[in-house]
Amino acid sequence: MGWRWDFTFEILPQMAIATLNTILAAGVGYAIALVVGLFFLLGQKTPFKIVNWINREIVEFIRSTPLLIQLFFVYFVLPQFGITLSAWVCGMITIGLHFGTYLSEVYRGALEGVPKSQWEACRALNFSTIYTYRRIVLPQAFPIAIPGMGNYLVGIFKDTPLLSTIGVAELFHAATAVGGYNYRYLEPYTLVGIIFLTLSIPAAMWVRKLENDVNKAQGKIKK
Amino acid sequence: MTYFEFLNEHGVTLLLGTVTTVKVLVCSMILYVIISMIFGLMRLSKNRVIQGIATVYIEFFRGTSLLVQLFWAYYVLPFFGISLEAFTAGVVALGLNFGAYGAEIVRAGILAVPRGQWEAAHALNFSPAKRIKRIIIPQIFPIILPPAANLTVELLKATALVALVTVVDLTFEAKQINSITWLSAQCFGTALLIYYIIARFALVPFLRWLEILAARKVGKERI
Repeated sequence: MGWRWDFTFEILPQMAIATLNTILAAGVGYAIALVVGLFFLLGQKTPFKIVNWINREIVEFIRSTPLLIQLFFVYFVLPQFGITLSAWVCGMITIGLHFGTYLSEVYRGALEGVPKSQWEACRALNFSTIYTYRRIVLPQAFPIAIPGMGNYLVGIFKDTPLLSTIGVAELFHAATAVGGYNYRYLEPYTLVGIIFLTLSIPAAMWVRKLENDVNKAQGKIKK
Repeated sequence: MTYFEFLNEHGVTLLLGTVTTVKVLVCSMILYVIISMIFGLMRLSKNRVIQGIATVYIEFFRGTSLLVQLFWAYYVLPFFGISLEAFTAGVVALGLNFGAYGAEIVRAGILAVPRGQWEAAHALNFSPAKRIKRIIIPQIFPIILPPAANLTVELLKATALVALVTVVDLTFEAKQINSITWLSAQCFGTALLIYYIIARFALVPFLRWLEILAARKVGKERI
């Protein structure tokens, strides 16, 4: 059994539509993760020791357990408490939470990457905390955060196939359905791989370029 | 049904699944360490062809989703006459995928060894093989182990995916029990806990111990 081009072209439109779903899922999941990450960061930065501790344990727990089981947990357990959400919503919440913990670490690392002397200088100049963050610290922390943030965007994109296990109709789900219907898995799964490659390699390259550009704009690389 | 009754009835099944998970973890860990060493060195080769092969390998496996690679190894390879057992397919896909990430860590680690070390080894007339083996490799361990530890925790989480290609691991058992008893909170909650315990109290301390060992070896008592 070799590669069949006619079959490939037959399923291509279906796969293309499913690809849009995958991109949508990755985008929405990433947006949620960005916000969730801020909340976890806030939990880490509050002056209450007990909140810090609980926050750290939650982050640690989410980070060291598989996304797949978290998906199952959210999808199957919430209905038992009377909360019935669609597979889409469950998937987005779980991805948002899971990657939010990672992003909070990225944010934290970026904030800590800003030299302490910057804070001291602002204190000496009598800037308010908000002003210091807005005008001094965040503009310097942002370029440090960019590579990490970009990597997790690509990471979320590559983890979206997991959503197919709870029935979100994204690319991988479509490939499995098409493969099962025609009893040919070679073309659908290979196509999925190719589509992922053609999307994630340029994305990774774009992240690298962005990193360079920001560094240049900050005057860190002289070229 | 109380939680203890649940554990009494299904605890053994879950534990058996855990044993498989640990087996998958250990096998794929060994495989990925070997692969990342080989490809990390290949990536730094002066020979264009060898370097090209390594680059293509790394970009390919980092660019596509692990789930796609798993399904490809299990469902598509038989089309080419290579039928792998589910366990083997899972371990190979995990090893190849994480080997690609690991190769980048190894490459960065080798580049991080100060130039002076290379030059000194050269000045002392060490052969290239001896230079790598006796001078460079011992020094890269303290550099690569922290990121490799993160990657290995990721690997533990990724082993959950082999359940989807019918390896009877912890995730598989949890899913199975869920479909029989419909006690989702109990079975997925227990599975999450077991993964957490493996990560937090077995894997991470082990990797930390390796880090300390490597640091001591090059004369850094504390990291």
